[in-house]
Amino acid sequence: MNGHNNPGATRREVLKAAATMAAAGSVAILTISPSQATPAEMKAALRQVIGEAKIKRGKVKLDVPPLVENGNTVALSVAVESPMTPSDHVKAIHIFNEKNPQPNIISIRLGPRAGRASVATRIRLADTQQIVAIAEMSDGSFWSDTADVIVTIAACLEDLQ
Amino acid sequence: MARALINIPAKARRGEIITIKTLISHAMETGYRYTTTGTRIPRDIIHSFVVTYNGEEIFSAELFPAISANPFLTFHTIATESGKIEFTWTGDNGYSVTEQAMIKVE
Amino acid sequence: MKKTPLSFSKLGFLTAAMVIFTAVPIHTTEILLSERRSTYEQMSRETRAMQDEDSANPGMLWVLDGEALWRTKAGETNRACANCHGDAQKSMKGVAARYPAYDDKHKRAVDLEGRINLCRSEQQKAPPFVYESRELLALTALIARQSRGMPIESKDERLQSFIESGHELFNRRQGQLNLSCVQCHNDNWGKKLAGIALPQAHPTGYPLYRLEWQALGSLQRRLRNCMIGMRMETYDYGSPEYIALETYLMWRARGMMMESPAVRP
Repeated sequence: MNGHNNPGATRREVLKAAATMAAAGSVAILTISPSQATPAEMKAALRQVIGEAKIKRGKVKLDVPPLVENGNTVALSVAVESPMTPSDHVKAIHIFNEKNPQPNIISIRLGPRAGRASVATRIRLADTQQIVAIAEMSDGSFWSDTADVIVTIAACLEDLQ
Repeated sequence: MARALINIPAKARRGEIITIKTLISHAMETGYRYTTTGTRIPRDIIHSFVVTYNGEEIFSAELFPAISANPFLTFHTIATESGKIEFTWTGDNGYSVTEQAMIKVE
Repeated sequence: MKKTPLSFSKLGFLTAAMVIFTAVPIHTTEILLSERRSTYEQMSRETRAMQDEDSANPGMLWVLDGEALWRTKAGETNRACANCHGDAQKSMKGVAARYPAYDDKHKRAVDLEGRINLCRSEQQKAPPFVYESRELLALTALIARQSRGMPIESKDERLQSFIESGHELFNRRQGQLNLSCVQCHNDNWGKKLAGIALPQAHPTGYPLYRLEWQALGSLQRRLRNCMIGMRMETYDYGSPEYIALETYLMWRARGMMMESPAVRP
């Protein structure tokens, strides 16, 4: 699969950006597998979005069913512990995955007007994999949580392919 | 026929945190699928969702192909004053849909 | 596959076994009425949540489309469904729960899609909708939504021959795998196939939003899916075989509650 006509960020473009950061000496360059990512590629995409900051575990609760009925529509909810005041709130939540063709899932911008840093949506997962949610706080700190999901397929597929 | 379903309370108390649920019809074509003859189906997704409350942005999201078809998003906001909450979905190929809901805050 | 004839001693043992085991519910060729379950009960908490709330149920997007179509004038007569049928919420209440129904004029069973198309061509003098088109799904979803919570009715004696044809099709071994619907849906419901529990396959929620399709689809589409998956030759949309199967399946689910538009994996 080539990303020539794809207007969105493909794995190739994401890793190009990561390559420039490698000059700073911290990101490894990997061979590209176009149709399926690797955990290391997810980490590279993550770094492209949040830079070099240290990511701490905690404060974030990522909720995904451990075994999904269909990878096309997986309920996901993420909540971050925060008073959501002007001086102490969640600025953004970024969610990544390991094995879809693309590492990004969604990037959410919040602020003190949210009242509660809690969002739910439905995502697609191509395979059994790990999902990572990173919360960016107003004080510049980053917190994260991960979830492991087993993805099965429908028993009777419409197309023979 | 672009249709959106928005679940938002019509009334709220000042300072109350309200839950807003949005659902819009859109195939969210990933750009990673092929036809039976091997031609790639081009990407066609909603990539941006912005919500304003009396003109001020209260929520926004950048969506990628990993978001399921008929994107569903639930989030919260503080009911600060009565007025208009506007939802705008923007996507590939000039896609743009705006819906509004009025809220009465006491 | 020819079975070897049973010896008398084996037959005696089997008879004794059957006498002992009839007290315990066992999967024979038919599911006991009291044992019938909607697939809803086998779904995960998250998928059930998608179905339960109208603003979270993607199927409702098609119902919204249906509401607009209901009021749209069409055909040579330039009439909308609303012109004859008024408010769908009132006039269509309970209708989907008793479809397929027997059509007096055409002397055959007609499913909901067929009924809508007959109205289009004969009353509105408009071209019928193609099966699985957005318009037909939207109208079917709107009408079926009005039967939500109501029990499925299959009492018309004139449907008997269609129910019997459908029953025969349901029991017929077909295709490369030589399977009939009965093997999975009567004999092995509840057991896992590719990680998912096999449903009893009652059409309580059609048309429904299938996560696999990421769209709303009809019962006929789902039957085709199954047949393709089981390596059988599919029938054409709207064929008498599908109508017979639908009629039989609704009779088999009689008394169960309508859930349309449902959500399924």
